Amino acid sequence: MRQTPIQIAALLLLLAGLLAACGQQPAAQPTAAPAAPSADPAAAASPAPVVGEEYIAGMVLVGPPNDGGWNQAHYDASKYVEAKVPGVRFVYIDKVNAGDRPNVTVEQAIEELIAQGARFIITNSAEFADGTNTAAAAHPEVYFLHASGDKVLSGEAPGNVTNLMGRMEYGKMIAGCAAALQSETGKLSYLGPLIDPETRRLVNSTYLGAKYCWENYRGQPADSLAFKVTWIGFWFNIPGVTLDPTKVATDFINEGSDVIISGIDTTEGIVEANKATQAGKTVWAVPYDFQGACAQGEAVCLGVPYFNWGPRYAEIIAAARDGNFESRWEWIGPDWSDINNPDTSMIGFVKGPALTAENAAILDDFIAKLADGSLNLFTGPLYYQDGTVFVAEGEVADDQTIWYTEQLLQGIEGQSAP
Amino acid sequence: MEASEMSTQPGPAAERPATRARGRRAGAILLPLAGALGLTTLALLSAGVSPLAAYRILVFGAFSSPTRFSDMVMLAAPLLLCATGLTLTFGAGLYNLGVEGQLALGAIAAMLPLRLWPELPPPFLWALCFVCAAGGGALWALLAAGLRLGAGVNEIFAGLGLNFLASGLALFLVLGPWRRTGSASMSGTELLARELWLPTLGTLRLAPIAPALALLALAVAWWVLARTHWGLELRAVGLNRAAADRLGTPANRRTAEAMAACGALAGMAGAIQVLGVFHQLIPNISSGVGLLGLLVALLVRANPAWVLPVAVAFASFTVGSVQLPLTLGVDSSIAGVLQGALVLFALLARGLSRRGS
Repeated sequence: MRQTPIQIAALLLLLAGLLAACGQQPAAQPTAAPAAPSADPAAAASPAPVVGEEYIAGMVLVGPPNDGGWNQAHYDASKYVEAKVPGVRFVYIDKVNAGDRPNVTVEQAIEELIAQGARFIITNSAEFADGTNTAAAAHPEVYFLHASGDKVLSGEAPGNVTNLMGRMEYGKMIAGCAAALQSETGKLSYLGPLIDPETRRLVNSTYLGAKYCWENYRGQPADSLAFKVTWIGFWFNIPGVTLDPTKVATDFINEGSDVIISGIDTTEGIVEANKATQAGKTVWAVPYDFQGACAQGEAVCLGVPYFNWGPRYAEIIAAARDGNFESRWEWIGPDWSDINNPDTSMIGFVKGPALTAENAAILDDFIAKLADGSLNLFTGPLYYQDGTVFVAEGEVADDQTIWYTEQLLQGIEGQSAP
Repeated sequence: MEASEMSTQPGPAAERPATRARGRRAGAILLPLAGALGLTTLALLSAGVSPLAAYRILVFGAFSSPTRFSDMVMLAAPLLLCATGLTLTFGAGLYNLGVEGQLALGAIAAMLPLRLWPELPPPFLWALCFVCAAGGGALWALLAAGLRLGAGVNEIFAGLGLNFLASGLALFLVLGPWRRTGSASMSGTELLARELWLPTLGTLRLAPIAPALALLALAVAWWVLARTHWGLELRAVGLNRAAADRLGTPANRRTAEAMAACGALAGMAGAIQVLGVFHQLIPNISSGVGLLGLLVALLVRANPAWVLPVAVAFASFTVGSVQLPLTLGVDSSIAGVLQGALVLFALLARGLSRRGS
């Protein structure tokens, strides 16, 4: 047994030599990569690998780029940037989360993108805040955009990091309104991801939109509207770790809810609503994040509030390339002149085929009120679940109060985790 | 394959045993390598990727930059600790599938001093963390040993059950009492304060304490197994439990000790995950390192001489594979295919050679 290690070591060395020798030749076979990498990954670490006018941007996605939700919206935005800003090319690492890639941290993913020549990095999940800051501190020559984050606002981010988020609160108000207009049972359910200030304020916005439309367009008392949130524990299903969103959705249906509003990255809500409807029940769905999400169940889709990251990404990346990067915390609303303008509106809402024409007209009226500012749903008095005041009577919540929402609102059933 | 061919070949009687042994040994090495490479190559070809380019990244990718090398070392260190622990339990004839849970419990135990006395001087706190982690892992392993010795539950099933329990406990803590203020997320507890992270080499993520500890553990385990009376007794229990017991070796005691030692080492791997890799407790704190350690131990047949090179190779595959989707557009799970295939074919080769003899 003693000499075998030497034998294998020799074998391994032989194999290694073979691979190294063969690897020197350019790969003859075409690969699935979007374009040939500019250089050997090891060599690309040298600074300023300018190839012509190419400017490489990297994107770290928490989920897969075809999830029909949050990550697809980001991925599509990168394609928008490539089309609009000449010379920009994106490289990606997807599924950076403990379930899919247990041994890969966000810093590691960022290092790989930088090794590919990336000089601008977008990270797209709240969980990436700390890792983005750490990587940014280690790479002052690279610019970072942490989407949905607030470390610039809190002063914890290095100067080469900027934050961007859309005011999805409006999209969610519209979503809640559409749900309340169409619901027959008055039982709305919200498929929640994990609990943090962002997800709380989005649930609250949905509830405020639903309550307003239930009271004012449907003429029903507020307390006859049931609004329940179940949190699965993460942005999407991780088997054995999170609750299974498919099961949560079927529970909602079995409890008599007839609209499932999704707050997670993926499309289980609309998929299950569609199945139940095909089985003879009436269940509608409002998916989330991605403009094309209704495609998973046209017949039950009331509409989808979505992010349109592309235009602002294009501006920020073009500015960074030209040496005009600014570290900011940005929270951008819809372009109220046309919330579905692909080149100007960060937040949009596409009405779904299942929304009746009558309700669609009412919804347009609601959107018009939000647009002209005559309706601000974050007007007091608003109370948290435990009875404390969120917004006092006669006051309107400012941005930071909404951004750092501490609890769900009174009237919502579900955990707040203050 | 070669082993069985050799054994069926007629030859001069005097030469036969030596040739056979050499053939079997070569087969035990060549078959797993050829089989694993063959299978992985097939997978790569079906994905339309040049296998040589992919192997180049898998094998050398982790050594192509200091950053990647650091990441490889920080994966290899806990892996080495787990695999080292498992050579002890395999030596004693035990299949300690509970190593994942022992690692998780170690990580949880390491969090205790961090949460209770964060103001202690960091070096003292780290030492305390490692002691607690070793204790937590050992305790979890002793539970499995107790179930086996006391209730006759096979340690494989006891270990698997305890793995679920440990991961449930981690989930509960992350989502419940140890959650970040104002949120409830599976993404983990609050990050540790920067001064509590294990010190690293410059800006690299390499914390030298981790590999140093792992190598020390390996050296000690090797020495204990090969050179001490305790190690001899352990191996005797592993070879034939009943016989060892009858000849006066306290088999139950050695079983429990081997489990506890493995648990302690796995627990220390958990402390490295918390202090040096993730800097927080996450639900999947083991990140599969325990299972990977089992693969390493299976592949090296619990021979400590081989633990280091194989653990480093496996860690390299895993770290190198991160580059695969970027450069070749192929999913990085191909590293798992290669690792799994190596073990599978190694077991196959062993089975064949045993049949041959």
